[in-house]
Amino acid sequence: MFDWRWDFTFEILPRLIMATGNTLLAAVLGYGIAVVLGLVFALAQRTPYRALTFVVREAVEFIRSTPLVLQIFFVFYVGPQFGLRLSPWTAGMIAIGLHYASYLSEVYRGGLDSVPKGQWEAATSLNLSTRRTYFRVVIPQALPPSLAGMGNYLVGIFKDTPMLSVIGVAELMHTATAIGSETYRYLEPYTLVGLIFLAISLPTAAGIRVFERWVRRKLGLS
Amino acid sequence: MTDEDLSGFPLALEGPDVPMVSFRKVSKRYGELVVLDALDLDVAEGEMVTIIGPSGSGKTTVLRMLMTLETINDGVIYVDGKPLTHMPQNGRLVRANARHLREMRSNIGMCFQHFNLFPHMTALENCMEGPVHVLGMPKKDARERAEELLEMVGMADKRDQHPSRLSGGQQQRVAIARALAMRPKVMLFDEVTSALDPEVIGEVTNVIRQLVARHNLTMLMVTHQMGFAKDISDRICFFFGGRIEEQGTPDELFGNPQKERTQQFLSAVKEAA
Repeated sequence: MFDWRWDFTFEILPRLIMATGNTLLAAVLGYGIAVVLGLVFALAQRTPYRALTFVVREAVEFIRSTPLVLQIFFVFYVGPQFGLRLSPWTAGMIAIGLHYASYLSEVYRGGLDSVPKGQWEAATSLNLSTRRTYFRVVIPQALPPSLAGMGNYLVGIFKDTPMLSVIGVAELMHTATAIGSETYRYLEPYTLVGLIFLAISLPTAAGIRVFERWVRRKLGLS
Repeated sequence: MTDEDLSGFPLALEGPDVPMVSFRKVSKRYGELVVLDALDLDVAEGEMVTIIGPSGSGKTTVLRMLMTLETINDGVIYVDGKPLTHMPQNGRLVRANARHLREMRSNIGMCFQHFNLFPHMTALENCMEGPVHVLGMPKKDARERAEELLEMVGMADKRDQHPSRLSGGQQQRVAIARALAMRPKVMLFDEVTSALDPEVIGEVTNVIRQLVARHNLTMLMVTHQMGFAKDISDRICFFFGGRIEEQGTPDELFGNPQKERTQQFLSAVKEAA
């Protein structure tokens, strides 16, 4: 029943490992965008400008309520109709970055809300500007409680990179499918893809927990 | 903001005896609840005024308004002769904008009941944050000043500790040093010993005693430590229902209170102690 061929496995392994590089690159780039943009989304919802707060909150809600794969298609295929002609990589990074920025903004929001009011008052009493209060006082304290959620979404974005294959980004999934259609053998490539994901996800999750403890210690919070 | 009639308030206080702090007909309301009712209170330069009274009498609000943590509904507050809550514009007073508030706030320092030290910074970093990032002092100078102040409050040996490693009394002493590092003209102490274990209250009150004895700071304090207030204050104000019910020197107010409510409050406090 099982017809696992080791020679074929070793033959395709280098190609898949090369593609893993693209998967990691996509995850890291997308996450980088999401981490920064998510903070922008979270802070934008805390400004005194009601209209801005409203627009950002609705946009975040909208992105969170629609599928990622649709957003990827939309940016890539509908974009050109608005004069936005993007490469698969660029379109993919925009879509996945925006998508995860929306989720991360909610994580940050929780973290920012967890900073006690007394910290704001102390910052005011020292006459720190709003900007300094955020960057020197509030965000450093909002970070530790946000790290667990941020870590989950790092693993999440990594596992969602196969969706980029639908617009032709040559990441792991795309490569495995290509191998399958060239050789009519799917068992080995897809199994390997699964194992590679597992081999990266599990240590990453463990690493995040270690990092979380390290940050807390570093900030003197525990 | 509705148009206020501020015609009765001067653009600035002038003359030989301008008080350091002056509340003029200041009111504060939360909906129907009147927290402060047309409060008039002057504090002279170098004076130590203690506010006592039952909870809900508006005493903490007085300090919070001075620190601009609360807005006011009516009246004007002056600091060092200049309006704090308002600013002159085209020859009349209008509500202060953020810039004016920032400028005026530099006159005032505050210590809180729960210390509110920045937990991710060491004692020294807490004391350097304002001088470096607000006053624009070179790090070296700010460090020197912070070390001097930590020395003064007896915390020099703990300067590299984070607040989580310090006791409440130690944290409060660092908080006092942090506020003083900004060189305020007016210091506010908001129930600074209320969250402390009884055995460490003395270390904080001793620091404040020292300040009173050696520095010409103007200070306003809210406290429940009546003995301490009696020792160090120039004047005691008894608040009741958002007004000053009675005020006088410690000897007058504690020794011979005139109003019935003051007598009731003081005897209730004495029984509890």
